[in-house]
Amino acid sequence: MNGNEVEREGSNLTNLPLPPDDPSARVLRGAPAPVLTSHTAPNARPRRPRLVLKRPSIGERVTELVIHGLAFSAVAAMILILVFIAKEAWPILTSSAIHKEVTLAKMWFAQQWPGYDAPEHVWQPVSEVPKYGAWPLVVGTIKVTFISMIVAVPLAVGAAVFISQYASRRVREVAKPAIEFLAGIPSVVLGFFALIVMASWLQSIFDFDSRLNSIVAGIALSFAVIPVIFTVCEEALGAVPRSYVEASVALGAARWQTISKVVLPAAAPGVAAGIALGLGRAFGETMIVLMASGNAAILSANPAESVRTLSATIAAELAEVVFGGPHYTVLFTLAVLLFVVTFGINFIGDQTISRMKRRMGVSQ
Amino acid sequence: MKRPTLQASRRPRTGDAILWLATGLATLLVLAVLAIILFDVIRNGTQKLTLGFLTKAPAEGMTAGGIFPAIIGTVELVILMTLAALPAGVATAIYLHEYADPMGIPTRIVRIAVNNLAGVPSIVFGLFGLGFFVQFAGGGIDKLFYGGAKVYGQPALIWAALTMAVLTLPVVIVATEEALSAVPRDVRLASAALGATKFQTIVRVVLPQAVPGILTGAILAISRGAGEVAPILFTGAAYFLPSLPHTFHDQFMQLGYHVYVLATQSPDVDATRPLLYATVLVLLALTFALNASAIVVRSRMRRRFSGAHS
Repeated sequence: MNGNEVEREGSNLTNLPLPPDDPSARVLRGAPAPVLTSHTAPNARPRRPRLVLKRPSIGERVTELVIHGLAFSAVAAMILILVFIAKEAWPILTSSAIHKEVTLAKMWFAQQWPGYDAPEHVWQPVSEVPKYGAWPLVVGTIKVTFISMIVAVPLAVGAAVFISQYASRRVREVAKPAIEFLAGIPSVVLGFFALIVMASWLQSIFDFDSRLNSIVAGIALSFAVIPVIFTVCEEALGAVPRSYVEASVALGAARWQTISKVVLPAAAPGVAAGIALGLGRAFGETMIVLMASGNAAILSANPAESVRTLSATIAAELAEVVFGGPHYTVLFTLAVLLFVVTFGINFIGDQTISRMKRRMGVSQ
Repeated sequence: MKRPTLQASRRPRTGDAILWLATGLATLLVLAVLAIILFDVIRNGTQKLTLGFLTKAPAEGMTAGGIFPAIIGTVELVILMTLAALPAGVATAIYLHEYADPMGIPTRIVRIAVNNLAGVPSIVFGLFGLGFFVQFAGGGIDKLFYGGAKVYGQPALIWAALTMAVLTLPVVIVATEEALSAVPRDVRLASAALGATKFQTIVRVVLPQAVPGILTGAILAISRGAGEVAPILFTGAAYFLPSLPHTFHDQFMQLGYHVYVLATQSPDVDATRPLLYATVLVLLALTFALNASAIVVRSRMRRRFSGAHS
């Protein structure tokens, strides 16, 4: 599509009575349409050629203003999301009523709880002495995310390499929409499948202590992550200029050498970006882990044990808390953490993709 | 688009065999996951899937009856969501593609916001909906018009729909922008040459051509809205309702949430299971139909535009 556009613009330019490096020619290329306003003298160099022949009416002006305003709804949404989550989490820093039960320090450092031998990280918000140690949740989230990435990355990148480099056109036309359809499966359905079907299969093979654990949740989560990584990787691999491949083959490289030494390195930023976006998705995904992880907040490195993630904790507990109370505030604090981390991961991923698109666009 | 096959050197054949096999296996495994899920759901879901299941309310503590209220709730949710997301999404795409300077700072800010909005965890949308729509907006309306009585200041259909609209906004924007950039330049030039203003060109020439793309965005957004659960957990979805939602401030049942409820909160797991499978089948069939129609609409649009050029 892009290539077409460039070609057409090029051919338009040759018809114009201006040399290609004339600055006004460049302006024309960038402008929506090379039509000059009627009152422009033929020889005067226009500052900005306008598409407009008629002056727009008041109604049009107003509608255009509304469009401009609505265009910033996504920006407004981002700001409002951050503001309103931070607003509900804010009392954890300032409110003395909440400090009686929980502070940021109590969330992140081991506490000596009554009945325990040594200071420990414990998440037990609904008990006689509410305990808000956040580390079990963070470690649980990392465990599940890590397992899902271990499963998803090789499968997604492998499938992307196969579809973009080896598959015949007919295979590609079936497999690609199928994998994209996997992305369309609601996460609650993946959670259901993990909970009802997959957990029993894995249980009968591995005989876990707890039927629902971070392995079950991680594998189910990878089903949601695979299409994300696949789509970005496949696009990145497909965007590698053909001249690279041709040069490599001309030098006598085999297909696999071309793929591993030319195509993959050239697409590496895109592959990395795809993995980053998948990571962001895995980190914040809620329904799958809520249904398949067992939801016990245990601080342990053992993947066969039940885990509770940040997102699942918020989903499971928020409905039963007192508005504005310590528990409520802590859950919003966890949401701020979730938001900031996923924002960071996605931001890096997106920047990498757009940088790569620019680079590939130039080298083509 | 057919790629001519490249004739590589004949020597290192084993390397190719290994890479082909490994990546092919990865592809096969991913496709197998999809096939197994579909097979399992279709095999176990068709038993209970009758007309009565689609037209009756749940009964006897979710162990009998159907999913009618969940279907109606889902339809109402996605209609309201689309009404909110479509204008905002289309306007954003028009701004980005037709008005804004592509290298300008406003464009970059909007793009960063759109891309990152797509990556915000869905549960965070739920908290945002609770904090902003339910408490701030709803609570505000109650104070202004209802003397503090709780009418809008509680989880409700309208707040869930608006929360979902924010979540699906990027989907609409991306699809609409793609459609706008597929409209040939010549058409715009012709319109301008006939003396149309920029706005007239957009409304009467560009947008009608972009309708299939906008439709694709709306369909994908609806498919998302029908199955997404986390954003509506605290903003309006109900476990079970004796009556259908009649006003914007009623709570509602939704298919995705119903799957979650049946899978995790059932008092009698074995009795619920057939109903659960049938509900999942309905949800999956709906998602599949929506996604497939989006693909059809999109490929038709591509064919039309590429045909016009050759």
